[in-house]
Amino acid sequence: MTRFRAIIMAAALALGAAYPLRLVAQQSPAASATSQAPAPTMADSVLDARTAAVAEQLRCPVCQGESIQDSPSELAQQMRDLVREQLKAGKTPNEVRAYFVSKYGEWILLDPRPHGFNLVLYAAPYLLLLAGLGVIVVAVRRWTGGAQTKSAGP
Amino acid sequence: MTGLLAHDALMVSLVLVLVGAIMGTLGIRGRRADWVQIAFGTVYGNFVLVTVATLAMIYALVTHDFSISYVAQVGSRETPLFYTVISLWGALEGSILFWAWVLGAYSTAVVFINRKRAGNLVPWASVTLLVVALFFAILLVGPANPFHAVFPVPGDGPGPNPLLQNHILMAVHPPLLYLGYVGMAVPFAFAMGAMLSGEVVSDDWIKITRPYLLVSWGFLSAAIIAGMWWSYEVLGWGGYWAWDPVENASFMPWLVATAFLHSAMVQERRGMLRLWNLNLMVGTFVLTILGTFLTRSGILSSVHSFTQGPIGYYFLVFIAVVLVVTLVMVAGNSDRLRSTGHLESAASRETVFLLNNLFLTAFMFTVLIGTLFPLVAEALRGLKVTVGEPFFNKMTLPLIVSLIFLMGVGPALPWGAASKADMKAKLLPPFAGAVVMAVIALVTGARNPYAVLTFAFVGYAAFANFREYWIGMSARHAAHDEGWATALVRLVQGNRRRYGGYVAHIGILFVALGIAASQSFRTEREATLKPGESLTVAGHTARLKEVWGRQEPQRAVIGATMEVVENGKVVATADPRMNFYPTQSTPVPTPQVISSIGGDLYFNLMAFDQNGAHATVKLIVQPLVPWIWFGGGIVVLGAIIGVFPKRRRRTAPAAVRVPVPAVVLPIPREGEA
Amino acid sequence: MNWKRAAIASLAAVPVIALFAWGFTKDPNNIPSPLPGRMAPDFSLAVFAPGQPPMALPVGDTVHLAKLRGEVVVLNFWASWCLSCRDEHRTLSAFAKRYADRPVHFLGVLYNDRPAPAISWIDEMGGQEYPSVNDVDAHTAIDYGLYGVPETYFIDGNGRVAFKQTGPVTDAILTHEVDSLIAALPAGTRPGGSADTAAPTLAPAKTKGTP
Repeated sequence: MTRFRAIIMAAALALGAAYPLRLVAQQSPAASATSQAPAPTMADSVLDARTAAVAEQLRCPVCQGESIQDSPSELAQQMRDLVREQLKAGKTPNEVRAYFVSKYGEWILLDPRPHGFNLVLYAAPYLLLLAGLGVIVVAVRRWTGGAQTKSAGP
Repeated sequence: MTGLLAHDALMVSLVLVLVGAIMGTLGIRGRRADWVQIAFGTVYGNFVLVTVATLAMIYALVTHDFSISYVAQVGSRETPLFYTVISLWGALEGSILFWAWVLGAYSTAVVFINRKRAGNLVPWASVTLLVVALFFAILLVGPANPFHAVFPVPGDGPGPNPLLQNHILMAVHPPLLYLGYVGMAVPFAFAMGAMLSGEVVSDDWIKITRPYLLVSWGFLSAAIIAGMWWSYEVLGWGGYWAWDPVENASFMPWLVATAFLHSAMVQERRGMLRLWNLNLMVGTFVLTILGTFLTRSGILSSVHSFTQGPIGYYFLVFIAVVLVVTLVMVAGNSDRLRSTGHLESAASRETVFLLNNLFLTAFMFTVLIGTLFPLVAEALRGLKVTVGEPFFNKMTLPLIVSLIFLMGVGPALPWGAASKADMKAKLLPPFAGAVVMAVIALVTGARNPYAVLTFAFVGYAAFANFREYWIGMSARHAAHDEGWATALVRLVQGNRRRYGGYVAHIGILFVALGIAASQSFRTEREATLKPGESLTVAGHTARLKEVWGRQEPQRAVIGATMEVVENGKVVATADPRMNFYPTQSTPVPTPQVISSIGGDLYFNLMAFDQNGAHATVKLIVQPLVPWIWFGGGIVVLGAIIGVFPKRRRRTAPAAVRVPVPAVVLPIPREGEA
Repeated sequence: MNWKRAAIASLAAVPVIALFAWGFTKDPNNIPSPLPGRMAPDFSLAVFAPGQPPMALPVGDTVHLAKLRGEVVVLNFWASWCLSCRDEHRTLSAFAKRYADRPVHFLGVLYNDRPAPAISWIDEMGGQEYPSVNDVDAHTAIDYGLYGVPETYFIDGNGRVAFKQTGPVTDAILTHEVDSLIAALPAGTRPGGSADTAAPTLAPAKTKGTP
């Protein structure tokens, strides 16, 4: 009986999901611009993707915390063009990032580089999580160990 | 005249709350009940006075009384009436006034409803609320005075920030936020009251506080979703969450409050986690004040940064006081709050709630660390760094995914101890849901492991939560021969808290799904089009019909009419525009969104030709975004269901009318596991 | 009430409050530039606003920064839509006029704007003493790490960026920076072929060790 119910629910869920899939399943790998412009080449899309990957890591200097990929501001678009030019000219993503850091400072990177003091930022959440997990394990052991055990509740 | 009256009202209110706080304290210490009553009275009085001031401000805004500083700052004769009224909370001083009003309303409700309760819990809680009100009264009379006299009186004003005039959600998001944010002062006040009165050793005070926490939590949830929706529709980058400090400021208290809602249940059943819950409860308020401080002081750069000024220093003093008092009180009372309970088994709902708390708290700390790190790095090392979206997304995604999974495990496991058979019966079937969703994700092209995992766990948790409803409803159907609808209603009424909670879970799952889908399957393209030309993105074609312009009283608007074409027919139109305000050097874009169940077509006007010959339009296709807003509504529904008090446990009405037979059929216990 | 524990716990507030208090002394929107001390990025941009004699350059001429080496260069990024640029315009122009016969070049760089409105703006502001070039694709601006206008860069005789001013310049800043940079110029150095045809100028009396 339970299994049958499970199957019914799965089917209902799948059917329910089918409608929104209409929108999702129509993705085409490349989007065309105008009815008169030539369709972008494969190389263009690859360059677009590479540009986006770098642009997503660079902060827009005239916005609040947006990347130059997301920001509609003029400077962001111009920086994106510059990223694209540099990648096209053969620079590696690291070199492009280094270029922007040399102009704006570390601040231009949307995430701090994981070295030196910045490691505190990346390590702290994990350390806290692990510590908390440890506390829970110890606490649960103690609490299930025996009745009336006095424990220092977290 | 209005300004003078209102300012006077605020000054009287300052004196009133000061008197109230002092008399309340003395009354409690000296066992003078009449003094405590006076303190209660000052709560009401303060609310009346602040209401007078608020109404005066609204009146001044609507009548364009530019002799009042706040009106001169945000008012304008050209601004439509609707936006004029809501500019009450559009800038710093007005929003402080609104804060004070909401606080007054909550305080009045708390005091009035609980005025007859014996003991010192309510008196101390009222004193706490009066002290918080005192702080805001000082601000309103001092650095945040919205009623300064302006001389000479200008003929007109600059109007509210254009970004705050573009969308109707501006009317909705700030009030919801304040109702949620400020509401967190009530649980805090009760916590203080419990510690000061000694009632903290029992659990009764939590029962009284819970509804207020749940109400605030509901408002805060709605506010966060409304904020996401508003920034999505207004800001033009097609996103709804950027981990900006002000967003984080509203999110962190929500996380901690959510943790409390769960662990409070462990305290009720087992008498455990008392100290932890106390920490969570006061922590929520501390984070609220911290958030207000961070966004108003200007020490972090944020989308929401209000003008700097001396107000930051006042908030620093306030947060110092709140922090010290909280630490002193909680640490000082920690001895009394030792848990004496025990758990039957690690395989139980209690353990799941512990893990839930762990992940939610870790989530909060991650956000806190990320938000404060630029400040810390500069202070300790002189480094100027940015901590942006990639960090937050990367670090919180594992936590989010784990929490979604737990949402499926928690409802499934019983309290106490689950046998192996129980676990198999409850934990395995939802994997069917997980498999279905994972398949859907893969079939529709998701390749990011986190996306697939999120889909899968959403399926898991959805299955588990719906199943709980199913189990309960079919048990009632079988036992009482109730129709499904009746069974549903009675089931929920029998244990509002639990079933409201499952509804909230389902709401969160909709939100999670909307976010996962819109992030994974988002496609965009920008193109410069002449009228008649089209742009195709992800199978959707939109054609530029024309570029137009019009003059409105407060701004000039240029727009591009886009027609969405399917099979040669126009099925929808959108007008993304750019608004030119005289006070702004750059235009403010207004994107247009065409929503359907399946997702959104998001149009943004990037550039245009002066003569209307062409326009650069960006089209972003984002699936399932409306599910986020819908999910938010479901979460609020869950809170509403949960906030009403549990019905007194009794047998179903039908059984009351029928004489109880000698042999009673086994009925699943309501309201319990 | 465990006062000892309470007292210890309250100490936890100290670093937090100290951090926030310190935060007030900093402006989160002010980004220190890595450029000072480094060689000023070279550029070749076309003149669109000629300026006034004796500093005038023909419209359409290309200015190469490298060719200006040997003299002090004051580079001012501006735009007609920039409100703060209005504040500094008269100061800059007047200062440039006063220092017309000194070994210092003033150059305006137009950022994210078009020549037509920029020229109207110059006319509206009563003229600009020195020429302005058009940074069409903002590549030069990005090269200088620009994040807003106005920004002014002071470049010494060796082509190094000595100082960056974010926001409008004042007469005091101009005097201080330009004078100290001129004083640091090697004595008797001729500018290495600048685009303008002004006669070679004598180093001012402040220069050390004039032969």
